[in-house]
Amino acid sequence: MTNRKKIVIIGATSAIAEHCARLWLVKEAADIVLVGRERPRIERVATDLKVRSPQSAITVMESGFLEPDAILKTVTDIVASGPVDIALIAHGSLPEQAECQANLETCRAALDVNGVSPVLFAEAFAQAMEKAGRGTIAVIGSVAGDRGRRSNYVYGAAKGLVTRYVQGLQHRFAGKAVKAVLIKPGPTDTPMTAHLKFNGAKLAPVDDVARQIVDGIAAGKPVIYAPGKWWLIMMIIRHLPAFIFNKMNI
Amino acid sequence: MMPVRSWGRLSAEPHQVTFLNDPSRVSAHMAASALPGIAHGMGRSYGDVCLNPHGALWVTTGLDHLIAFDEETGVLTCEAGVLLKDIQRLMIPRGWILPVTPGTQLATVGGAIANDVHSKNHHALGTFGDHVAGLTLLRTDGTEIQCGPDHQADWFAATVGGLGLTGVIVKADIRLRRVSGPWLETETIAYHNLDAFFALADGSEAGWEHTVSWIDCMSGARGRGLFMRGNPVSIAHRPSPTPRKRAMPVEPPVSLVNGLSLRAFNTAYYNLKRWQAGWALTHYEPFFYPLDGLLDWNRMYGPKGFYQYQCVVSRAAGKDAVSAMLREIARSGEGSFLAVLKTFGNREAPGLLSFARPGVTLALDFPNNGEATHRLFARLDAIVREAGGRLYPAKDARMPKDLFERGYPRLGDFLKFRDPGISSGLSRRLMGS
Repeated sequence: MTNRKKIVIIGATSAIAEHCARLWLVKEAADIVLVGRERPRIERVATDLKVRSPQSAITVMESGFLEPDAILKTVTDIVASGPVDIALIAHGSLPEQAECQANLETCRAALDVNGVSPVLFAEAFAQAMEKAGRGTIAVIGSVAGDRGRRSNYVYGAAKGLVTRYVQGLQHRFAGKAVKAVLIKPGPTDTPMTAHLKFNGAKLAPVDDVARQIVDGIAAGKPVIYAPGKWWLIMMIIRHLPAFIFNKMNI
Repeated sequence: MMPVRSWGRLSAEPHQVTFLNDPSRVSAHMAASALPGIAHGMGRSYGDVCLNPHGALWVTTGLDHLIAFDEETGVLTCEAGVLLKDIQRLMIPRGWILPVTPGTQLATVGGAIANDVHSKNHHALGTFGDHVAGLTLLRTDGTEIQCGPDHQADWFAATVGGLGLTGVIVKADIRLRRVSGPWLETETIAYHNLDAFFALADGSEAGWEHTVSWIDCMSGARGRGLFMRGNPVSIAHRPSPTPRKRAMPVEPPVSLVNGLSLRAFNTAYYNLKRWQAGWALTHYEPFFYPLDGLLDWNRMYGPKGFYQYQCVVSRAAGKDAVSAMLREIARSGEGSFLAVLKTFGNREAPGLLSFARPGVTLALDFPNNGEATHRLFARLDAIVREAGGRLYPAKDARMPKDLFERGYPRLGDFLKFRDPGISSGLSRRLMGS
């Protein structure tokens, strides 16, 4: 029984995380802890996973996402029942850039939930995994964090915080058995972006993105662009000189 | 408002799109709609059955969660936006399979019920609706109806094949079937006329679970093609082929399918396959869903899109009617290499508006060449009308109202079950509202 992997997903109702969970559990039964803010919505995910993998043990936990005490308690409770193999930190929300500019409360909420909160969760897991001497912390960032752009720089700034944070974590754990992974999905076909698809945006299928994340984590990659082509696209975007970049409407 | 197309890409009319991602909020979304709406899954229907121009579209693909599976009875309970592909990929390795699926697995459970789709095994297992043990329907007035073949059976008969017009299907119980694995034993046999086709079809019903044929629509009244039949087979430890994903990368400015390419392609395909005919071991994905291997293949017909014409006529009238239709098609030079001829088994479908019925069905794609295409359709309609046949609403974007009414004699019974808050392009075209 203890041979089974223990996987924790923070933000279990995120479509990308949920599809990762489906892939993990269909491959082999595991102990999985689903953490979210609203129990009925997490229960729906848990029920689905139970049908897909009847042998897996699935636990649902409600947690606050913003208060450091709540985050620490959630993580402490999770590790109390045994060390964690993979912690996938996946929560977030895509804010309207215009609203962030018009309203500082919206702006702060977007920075908190997409930047500060994932970092606090990761830091709590880092302590526990350092003690246990093993484990992987995978955080979902975004290609939006690679360079600030007028269309979504508040979201991008929060994801940029995550990028720098995971870099630091990788430095801290270099040469140790604890691993930190930064995942940067491009625009993905999920409920969060459904409106974009009907407006003609090209979105990657969520199961393809999840497949690359699951495979990337298994292969021990430090940074996973999903789909992989975003590595090249963002490398170019990052290196465009300002006099060109500033003329682009992106 | 957003432009939305269906699979035939004939139009891109504006729709007010709402995403039903949370089952507990479906009623609230429907009630909040100022305009009549229609449920929309993957948009794989060819015409306007899944469209509602200038109205509301309730997209169900976010309702993609499984709810329960009974290992004893094989009944799977799931939300209506679950893809058939998701079920097949998960359950076939566990020894269970959807008994009936259409020619694509990129369709939702709700869409499969609402169009009461059929498969290559109609003679053995009927339609999708024959394997639905129950479903949950939400009406725009907020009521929830649980129905099945033996409870609220009238609602069930109206909703299976009911084109989404009786309410939004949010949940279903589907009876899966035991299967030994993903492989089929298949045989391909060339036929050079319709008599040979019917002889093969009749001779295969007893011993083969799946039968279908590709027909060369340019071959004229005689009708030549390739007959394919298959049975599930148990093979231990044969690795599944790696799924190849190819996509039609661009929309060509004109249809790649035209009179010239068609004759050449069909002749080449028929003769090549004729030499390769015989026995084979085939994985279920290429056998059941050959076109899913090329994503967005519908783009090959260019910016004007395409129609599919699918009819069923009785066996008594079948040979003459099919022969007459093939003659008209060959003469017109319209058509496509995607042409299917298949017999249906001798069984009635469960829905008031179900398409499948005893007889023979012919399905063909036609690039949209405007008036010329419509003139051909009028001639085909006349043959179907004369033969007492019907057209398939899931494929249709243009059938005349009288042909619909004649083809579906239980329409009057059906209309009593319609939800007044639901409307589609097709329902306005063929039912007046």
